[in-house]
Amino acid sequence: MRSIRYREAVREALLEEMDRDEAVFLMGEEVGHYQGAYKVSEGLLAQFGEKRVIDTPIAEAGFAGIGIGAAMTGLRPVIEFMTWNFSFVAFDQIISNAAKIYQMSGGKITVPIVFRGPNGAAKQVGAQHSHAVSPFYVSIPGIWVAIPSTPRDAKGLLKTAIRDDNPVVFLEGETLYNVKGDVPETDDDELIPFGKARIAREGDGCTIVAWGSPYYTALEAAEELAKDGIECEVVDPRTLRPLDIETIVESVKKTNRCVIVHEHWPYGGPGAEIADQVQRRAFDYLDAPIERVASLDLPMPYATNLETLVLPTVPRVVEAVRKATYAR
Amino acid sequence: MTTIRRFEEESARAYAQGKIGGFLHLYIGQEAIAVGAAHALRDGDHVFQTYRDHGIALALGMTPRAGMAELFGKDTGCSRGLGGSMHFFDVENGFFGGWGIVGGHLALAAGAAFKSKYLNDGKVTICFFGEGATNIGGFHEAMSLAGLWKLPIVFVCENNQYAMGTPMSRTSAIEDLTLKAAGYGMIGDRFEGHDIDTTTSRLQLAVDRARNGGGPTFIEVQTYRFRGHSMSDPAKYRSRAELEERKKSDPCHIARTRLMEAGITEDQLDDIDVEIDTQIDDAIKFANESPPASEAFMHNSVYAPSLITDPHRYDPTNGGQA
Repeated sequence: MRSIRYREAVREALLEEMDRDEAVFLMGEEVGHYQGAYKVSEGLLAQFGEKRVIDTPIAEAGFAGIGIGAAMTGLRPVIEFMTWNFSFVAFDQIISNAAKIYQMSGGKITVPIVFRGPNGAAKQVGAQHSHAVSPFYVSIPGIWVAIPSTPRDAKGLLKTAIRDDNPVVFLEGETLYNVKGDVPETDDDELIPFGKARIAREGDGCTIVAWGSPYYTALEAAEELAKDGIECEVVDPRTLRPLDIETIVESVKKTNRCVIVHEHWPYGGPGAEIADQVQRRAFDYLDAPIERVASLDLPMPYATNLETLVLPTVPRVVEAVRKATYAR
Repeated sequence: MTTIRRFEEESARAYAQGKIGGFLHLYIGQEAIAVGAAHALRDGDHVFQTYRDHGIALALGMTPRAGMAELFGKDTGCSRGLGGSMHFFDVENGFFGGWGIVGGHLALAAGAAFKSKYLNDGKVTICFFGEGATNIGGFHEAMSLAGLWKLPIVFVCENNQYAMGTPMSRTSAIEDLTLKAAGYGMIGDRFEGHDIDTTTSRLQLAVDRARNGGGPTFIEVQTYRFRGHSMSDPAKYRSRAELEERKKSDPCHIARTRLMEAGITEDQLDDIDVEIDTQIDDAIKFANESPPASEAFMHNSVYAPSLITDPHRYDPTNGGQA
């Protein structure tokens, strides 16, 4: 193990998979000569050349579609959205085409493609650049949705995503690129399977399910609560589709309480889905209603004082756990 | 061409009998374009089409049985009854669908051409669409990228004059759509699509250009559909006189004339017609008697099998949970 940044972990996955398989290529805005808007693809152009690290014009629907067509006919594209906010103009390509082709073609055509890029709010980037997009994509059968929180997960899940024969929406945390963490040596070739949650912290006081940037908020809150004797179990689903509901339910059966922490809006989405499934599968084990800590139900404001109010924070998570454990 | 015509006529009949559901867009009147394209292509090339896709699928070699069974929603259909009229697929014959969102498949076709350039495999892609698609963003982005990267693709606009019920005079600022080609750095060509000799030779030029590294071509073929947009459209937006005038240049009649000019006798042509009738009757019988689309296959075809993601961890009946 060595400690590397999340950004480097993503880059290593791309590099190793491109090195392994000539059919894998990276396409997107500023991925080549500019070295990536977030420097994820730094150095890849020099290593693989313009044939396999392809700069595009600003045309998400166009290059997402070209990626899907290339995947249908034998290549394994990795399509980078500069941020997931810009994926909405390519939404039709993902929902109407990528997600449908395997079944619609009677199982004849596979679409091994990865759409990846930074997701979620950064700092003061306003209403149009702060979307946490998982609710839109997780509701579509036919695509997988991965949302790694740690460098190790980012690398291992991306390698899996590239080797899977289905379209994958791969949501990197815009604020996580500088996070450092332990990652196996490069010759380990670690593949982290989809649909397998990770228990980040064990405890029997309350289950906290969290993913993406708020995963770290949840861990911090858990530390704080431990000082008061409430030991939280933090579960990171790692992929939202497929969703490892068993691991979450097993944890709730142990703690009898559940708090779900996420960045996307509270109306619908994976947070609501998990709450629904937990109450149906572990109803007799729950000692309190399931609590949720989400972004507030409004467009992201620019002003920093307001943005702080909108996003999930440690005090909000602490308060939710106290409520679920009747410890207020 | 006659196979397509007879297939479409029998589809319309079966639709009226309630054997076929949903949308059904017939290719009657446009046959010379699909058949011309099939002549111009080689094995292993790729074709993408809109939802008006029966004609090209048959022209490329799909059996009427596989097509009709798909329309009837049967397990023996070309997409196992999960696609329907708008989503025919036949990869073995180079047919990559069958797409239902106007403008949405042009980039996919460009992607297939991108693959050919990436692998340098010498294949060409033809992408068909209607004149209605030339107003939507998907058209622009696919053309723009194909022109930029000089992809081996031919964009064929089948201008049948009406975007559903709206004539082109009310949807486009220009009458000659090939004017758009210059903006994408590609060559344009424009011709009438009733005569199989013309469609074959002109499409061949563009296909050869693409195969020889000359980049993409944008073609506008002027054509006319003899039926409404779909089965639910009585086509009240055009006059009977206009339709009758257009029917004078029926591509099937023109093809018959061409064959007779080439020395084929009327008797020989009649024999072929009988053979085709038998084939279409057989397709209807086959579709009628085939087993219905499979429930098990529906559940098992949401995701392709994967070595890394255990497909058994996905349960399509319960919200995509593992």
